[in-house]
Amino acid sequence: MNNLKNFTKGFISENPVFVLFLGLCPTLGTSNSAINGLSMGLATTFVLVLSNLVISSISRFIPDKVRIPAYIVVIASFVTVVDFLMKAYLNTPGKNFEPSIYDQLGIFIPLIVVNCIVLGRAEAYASKNPVKSSLIDGLGMGLGFAFALFLLGSVRELLGNGSILGFKFIRGDGVLLFVSPPGAFLALGFLIMLMRMLNQRLAKN
Amino acid sequence: MAKRESNFKNMFVTLFLVTLASSAALGFIYELTKKPINDALIYKKTLAVHIVLPEFDNDPFENVKRVPVGNDTLSVYKGSMNGEITGVAVETSSPGYGGDIRMLIGFLPDGTIREVAVLEHKETAGLGDKILKSKSDFPVQFEGKNPEHFRLAVSKDGNGDVDAITASTISSRAYCAALKKAYDAFKKSDIK
Repeated sequence: MNNLKNFTKGFISENPVFVLFLGLCPTLGTSNSAINGLSMGLATTFVLVLSNLVISSISRFIPDKVRIPAYIVVIASFVTVVDFLMKAYLNTPGKNFEPSIYDQLGIFIPLIVVNCIVLGRAEAYASKNPVKSSLIDGLGMGLGFAFALFLLGSVRELLGNGSILGFKFIRGDGVLLFVSPPGAFLALGFLIMLMRMLNQRLAKN
Repeated sequence: MAKRESNFKNMFVTLFLVTLASSAALGFIYELTKKPINDALIYKKTLAVHIVLPEFDNDPFENVKRVPVGNDTLSVYKGSMNGEITGVAVETSSPGYGGDIRMLIGFLPDGTIREVAVLEHKETAGLGDKILKSKSDFPVQFEGKNPEHFRLAVSKDGNGDVDAITASTISSRAYCAALKKAYDAFKKSDIK
């Protein structure tokens, strides 16, 4: 597989959210606005790239029976690093005291450690492939995840609040259902349907 | 590539080295981010105090009063200009729909509510988070009201003057409860 294909598979053909259905917990939980979805996706990308990098370079020194605990330690360390960094640099409230990005994502940042995509890519890809292609795989998968979360967050924010990234497009309050948890399932369901149609269309051509 | 054999010694040494390396790395990052994390928290509180208090020239974080109200103890910060009290900020909290709502309330010396800043909350996006001034006008109804005459309870409970947020009565009640606690602390603190 060439590098470009390896990178782009995370967006459409093997998108973690729309095709593999991995990491749905943070997907549903943090996609109530476009900015939240995007920040969560980028935080996950950071962890995914670095854990893929480290795991692919140390995997041949790790005995098979302890590989999962060793991978989890690596992943958990990077998640803690992200948590510290966001707490330090993305924790500034807005002028009118709007909550900071760190406050909004809250519990979902430490929970990246149990995100199936991260351990999944470590086990299925990084542990068997060279460093460079593992890096590309991590970047593609991470950005594909971020793309899915941003898309879902934008749809929910537009329908629920009439805005995207805080810019108002539609007057009024919008349909509150879409920013609450049931709306996450509904919006995700319809987005998956659209992505499948797109995938089939691409496969035919 | 040949994997290392899974015998006891190999497994022990590998896990030991992996955990050692990661704890060393985490210790390093912790030291590195310690100051910025603390700065961010201080900035947050300072910003809140500046929002809720009228102009002041003292340091409100000096001589913080701790006032017991019920089974809680609230921090009371005072702001003064040329030695005269201009306002009092009270840090308060109350359990809302998704967890504790922490707020900083600014009172004028006569007990009038000047402004409220929500420090931390976990209310539902789109519903309970209308307690934020950036999301709705709900908090505006408290400004300039004195709890001496303005009854801090939701009007549909029959004993209050507060218009609750539609579909978020629990959040609205928590908001009022936190305000009431802060007002009690303000009265008890006896800052004149």
